[in-house]
Amino acid sequence: MFAIKVENLTKEFDGLVAVDNVSFDIEAGEIFGLLGPNGAGKTTILSMLSTILKPTSGTAIVNDLDILKDEDGVRKSIGIVFQDQSLDEELTAYENMDFHGRLYRIPKNLRQERIAELLKLVELEDRKDSLVKTFSGGMRRRLEIARGLLHHPKVLFLDEPTLGLDPQTRNHLWQYIENLNKEKGITIILTTHYMDEADKLCEKVAIIDMGKIIALDTPQKLKEDLGGDVITIKSPDADKIYSKIKASWVKNIESHDGFVTINLENAEKHITEIVSLSSHNNIDIESISIHKPTLEDVFLNFTGKTIREQEFNTKDQMRMRQRLWRRR
Amino acid sequence: MEEEITVDIVYTIWLRHIKRYIRSRSRIIGSLGMPLFFLLVLGFGLNSVVDLPGMGQDYMGFLIPGIISMSVLFTSVFSGIQIIWDKQFGFLKETLVAPVSRMEIMLGQTLGGATTSLIQGLIILVFSLFLGLNISNIYGFLVACAFMVLIGLSFTAFGIAIASKMDDMHGFQLIINFVIFPIFGLSGALFPLNSLPSWLQPLTLIDPLAYGVEGIRYGLLGTSQINPYFCFIVLAGFTVFMMTFGSYLFRKIQI
Ligand SMILES: Nc1ncnc2c1ncn2[C@@H]1O[C@H](COP(=O)(O)OP(=O)(O)OP(=O)(O)O)[C@@H](O)[C@H]1O
Ligand SMILES: [Mg+2]
Repeated sequence: MFAIKVENLTKEFDGLVAVDNVSFDIEAGEIFGLLGPNGAGKTTILSMLSTILKPTSGTAIVNDLDILKDEDGVRKSIGIVFQDQSLDEELTAYENMDFHGRLYRIPKNLRQERIAELLKLVELEDRKDSLVKTFSGGMRRRLEIARGLLHHPKVLFLDEPTLGLDPQTRNHLWQYIENLNKEKGITIILTTHYMDEADKLCEKVAIIDMGKIIALDTPQKLKEDLGGDVITIKSPDADKIYSKIKASWVKNIESHDGFVTINLENAEKHITEIVSLSSHNNIDIESISIHKPTLEDVFLNFTGKTIREQEFNTKDQMRMRQRLWRRR
Repeated sequence: MEEEITVDIVYTIWLRHIKRYIRSRSRIIGSLGMPLFFLLVLGFGLNSVVDLPGMGQDYMGFLIPGIISMSVLFTSVFSGIQIIWDKQFGFLKETLVAPVSRMEIMLGQTLGGATTSLIQGLIILVFSLFLGLNISNIYGFLVACAFMVLIGLSFTAFGIAIASKMDDMHGFQLIINFVIFPIFGLSGALFPLNSLPSWLQPLTLIDPLAYGVEGIRYGLLGTSQINPYFCFIVLAGFTVFMMTFGSYLFRKIQI
């Protein structure tokens, strides 16, 4: 059974194609990750699925409802935690929850019961009467997640749920998201540009770049498909190494900001070859390492770029800074 | 989406507005500052100098309804404009993604703005009791309140209309200086309309606040320069227009 069926979804912003004819399915009960760099179109996809934005063309079915034909039905059946904060800082945690519950027409008794239960779940019950403006980033994020669950949505969208959180809080949230998925059977769609997050948390991952889905599978499968090992060489002459290594055992080679990444089988066997080739050509090597493919390598393989390289070459850098500033 | 209106939802939005208002004590006091200043400085300063023939009223008495209108006007415009903060701080998204209609949100906001401006107006009114204001009949008091509510509704809607078109507060000062102050200045809040040169008088007649000021003046003093029924009809018409216009723009907000 599908929770979401996306059919040829496209969104243009005056000339800029932010989402480019995307189609995919998400199975009910799954944790699904949209993985991609800044500006890839992740938020735009979620905005369309949650009926905040109208697609330029194409459509999607969410919980058996068409996002174009039954906005209200879709809205009732989903919960969403936006990328940017969306709490009222002048209200208390409880009041933020209560406001939400009233908007979704949850009867009073049930509402009070669920708010108490959820605040406990996200460990904010002893702060329920504090104004949100006195909360830390992690507390706000947890409150937003609790709020998104208040009306018992079948599908929960989380847009960068752990952006800007410290590792400990991130781990905590991951655990929490996993529990929600297992215990309540909620389908979860999250976006992230943390590779480890996608790898650890998601059953399926769609890698998205410049509005297009370039790979979609389980993280396991994506890494297996890449196969073999990865050798990463750090060198001031990365480009030189890149042009010199032309052996038949190289499955894929990429050069990016001072690193060369080689995808190959049996790395142990060929590493000496690489080192002697480099010294023969008078190329300095600062460090060299062998590891099993990660999603980062998958991304590099599909796009020819690391996700970080992608990240800071657009005007989105500005947006990012603004967002972090606002978060504080 | 269908434009159904549920009282519960409107109430929810209204309630949030009121809670925020009660909590922002500094803003309440801040926005009382200017009207009180006008009232005391102009009222006492000009009371003995200004003579209002045929009004049966000293200047202080004449000024009080004008300053009440001023308080209501500014509070309501500010209330409407607050939507810009909701946009900037992201809270508007939470409201707009819920399964509620924009009409309900708009109504809740407008009623909230009207309520807080009525309260601000009443605070000035109570203060004025110590400056010689004499409320002799309850009917007149209610008439004054009705006019305050209409000013509150229409100018909150006006604020929402502006907020729907602006992304940040940069343009706000412009609106205050070039729209709100002229509306206030030409409303006859500070001086009788007929004391203006004749070429300016048509401008006062198209100033919706003039009808509000005159209506409140009629309610509190029992006399006015414009027929109170006419005032009511014009101001009610303006309120309906502003609320329709405000909802139209509000519905087009993209987030
Ligand atoms: N309202 C808008 N008007 C114009 N362009 C927009 C708008 N929203 C998004 N875009 C553009 O669409 C592209 C995709 O943006 P989107 O926010 O979906 O990216 P994202 O994958 O969520 O990125 P991030 O990781 O930074 O959140 C970007 O190039 C962005 O500038
Ligand atoms: Mg995004």
